Amino acid sequence: MSYQFIDTPEQKKKLDKVFVELKGVPGSLMKAMQKAQDIYGYLPIEIMQRIATACNVPVEEVYGIATFYAQFNIEPMGKYKVGICLGTACYVKGSGVILDKIKERLHIEPGHTTEDMKFTLEATRCIGCCGLAPVMTINGEVHGNLKPEDLDTIFAKYGA
Amino acid sequence: MLERAHIMICGGTGCTSGNSKKVMEEFEVQLKKNGLRDEVKLIMTGCFGLCARGPIVAVYPDGAFYQHVKVEDVAEIVTEHILKGRRVTRLLGSERTESGEVMPINQTPFYRSQKRIVLRNCGRINPENIDEYIAFDGYKAYEKCVKEMTPEGVIQLLTDSGLRGRGGGGFPTGKKWLSTYNAKDDQKYVVCNADEGDPGAFMDRSVLEGDPHSVIEAMMIAGYAVGATQGYVYVRAEYPIAVQRLQIAIDQARAYGILGKNAMGLGHKFDMEIRLGAGAFVCGEATALIHSIEGHRGEPTQKPPHLAEHGLWGKPTVLNNVETYANIPQIILNGPQWFKSMGTEKSSGTKVFALGGKIMNTGLVEIPMGTTLRTIIEEIGGGIPNGKKFKAAQTGGPSGGCIPASLIDTPIDYDNLIAIGSMMGSGGLIVMDEDNCMVDIAKFFLEFTVDESCGKCTPCRIGNKRLYEMLDKITKGQGTMEDLDKMEELCKYIKANSLCGLGQTAPNPVLSTLKYFRDEYIAHVRDKKCPAGVCKALLNYVIDKDKCIGCGLCARKCPAGAITKSDYIAEGHKLPSMQIDVTKCLKCGACMDTCNRQCAISKK
Repeated sequence: MSYQFIDTPEQKKKLDKVFVELKGVPGSLMKAMQKAQDIYGYLPIEIMQRIATACNVPVEEVYGIATFYAQFNIEPMGKYKVGICLGTACYVKGSGVILDKIKERLHIEPGHTTEDMKFTLEATRCIGCCGLAPVMTINGEVHGNLKPEDLDTIFAKYGA
Repeated sequence: MLERAHIMICGGTGCTSGNSKKVMEEFEVQLKKNGLRDEVKLIMTGCFGLCARGPIVAVYPDGAFYQHVKVEDVAEIVTEHILKGRRVTRLLGSERTESGEVMPINQTPFYRSQKRIVLRNCGRINPENIDEYIAFDGYKAYEKCVKEMTPEGVIQLLTDSGLRGRGGGGFPTGKKWLSTYNAKDDQKYVVCNADEGDPGAFMDRSVLEGDPHSVIEAMMIAGYAVGATQGYVYVRAEYPIAVQRLQIAIDQARAYGILGKNAMGLGHKFDMEIRLGAGAFVCGEATALIHSIEGHRGEPTQKPPHLAEHGLWGKPTVLNNVETYANIPQIILNGPQWFKSMGTEKSSGTKVFALGGKIMNTGLVEIPMGTTLRTIIEEIGGGIPNGKKFKAAQTGGPSGGCIPASLIDTPIDYDNLIAIGSMMGSGGLIVMDEDNCMVDIAKFFLEFTVDESCGKCTPCRIGNKRLYEMLDKITKGQGTMEDLDKMEELCKYIKANSLCGLGQTAPNPVLSTLKYFRDEYIAHVRDKKCPAGVCKALLNYVIDKDKCIGCGLCARKCPAGAITKSDYIAEGHKLPSMQIDVTKCLKCGACMDTCNRQCAISKK
């Protein structure tokens, strides 16, 4: 998949402000990366380079952290982030089956984004709504007590 | 002015997902509409625990406990209960006393065996208002420590109470504090582990969401006892509500002069900040967590040196988990004997469990140590739904094991759980019924650890991967009896040689299922059958020819063209029944999903 990184002046200004705020704070590298991802949605190499310069570390270290933690994305995300909870409570109540159905529907594996950049599928860890298991989130909105047959109605809302 | 009623709406993650915020807004609208807004106080509170029946709304002073409250129900609660004083019985749950009255909530099976110490303020106060915490003895314990006790005295009191780490290991808290106290340095740190990564455990989150000040207060006490002035709370970024409430609490405590250079005017300095995790299970391990706070990859390092001597930024550090901290102010106020009066000899106090899986009352329960699994499952949990049979309970998450039905009368405490091959862990308790395959569950946990292994040491990185592959082979019907012995050997090797707790405990789910459910493994290996009907590769889809009406819907859906008409027409049917060619079948299950008469197709 090819995509172009666009850096708007507002985004650039926001990130510069973050660098100023974090200057001299011990252990601020990860904080800077988290804030940068909030601003850009992901961490392209251009941004990782800027973080490296600002925090005075090699870019390899930034990349090393970005790939270590599940939360950092180095590729852009789809418009809708679909997260299927694979925590134990959801799993024993059949979230694995739900994940299979969504994979069939979107034709992607977890961790990937559809060609049209609409959906990113993620198998998430426990999000703590075990009372509603099995659950799925779409851009943070929780859909609970899922059955495979519910998926049609839910995805119809997002145009898929 | 004084309100005549308090309406408490659960704002925990479970109920919020069930739309409790909208319910709150609707109360606002309905109360105004009825001219009652000034007489009633609306409070968004922390988790009540009974997540399965959320959203929950409690009305005080009469203690009505409304369940499954929808936006549509709010108008009725306001006009009937608040205006006319008649409770809306249909929303009060199904428990009745012998005389047929609605049972008071603290007498229901779910609550009556519980003892809420850690969760005492959850569902009782507004976590975003420091005054409410202070009203319930908040920050009194810190005041008592600084005014009346020496740091040694505080540590001795904790040691006497027998409090053990609630994050999993069960290390005595007093002992931990003492070694940090003994370490000599100009700067020390207090750290709170709120990186609750165990899939299916959410008690730390509920404490932070429902009672964040109790953690702040306990960390201040730790600071006074060990001689630290700075605290860090390391929270999972997946818990946005908890992070937000904790931040509000810290800000309020600062504004009140409780946190800061001269905390509460008592001459001791303490401040703290939040550090967000970024989704790595291994960061629950102490040394990995410290590296993550420092802004590095969360890889564990060899112990010793222990954190007490060489922790955050190389300084002496005391690290405890959220639930451990939440116990401390109460222990200080009520004394070690009070705490020891609950629980068992070697595990005093209570433990919070996140009850989940195949159980009626999913939610958060706090019970005295030593309560049996049977009480938790049958009484508090309300049993297994759909009349299914209890098969096993899993505790300790990916580091723990499965407890079979035969051990259901085991009193739950640290040592008993270890003795039966599981562990306390952070307190996830997942119930499984006859439809869960134990080999599949073991594989599920291994997949998790393989994914979360940081890769630093070989036994964990490669050993667990190999273990996973063997399990995968077995669930596909390609395993051999020899594999079972090899797996046991490999498990022992990984446990003995891994660098950190993640690797050392990762084989536990495999070992415990091999120990208690070996027959199920043998069924997969020798008979090529999955008794629970879970492992896809071992199932065949079969059409019951006497039930099938021959509509052909399944044949049209079948992606492999494996379904054709047979030449058998059942009595009373017009069309011949369908049949599945097992050599072509992909076992996708599409036929079963489409069948008009769901009984006609089954997995065998």
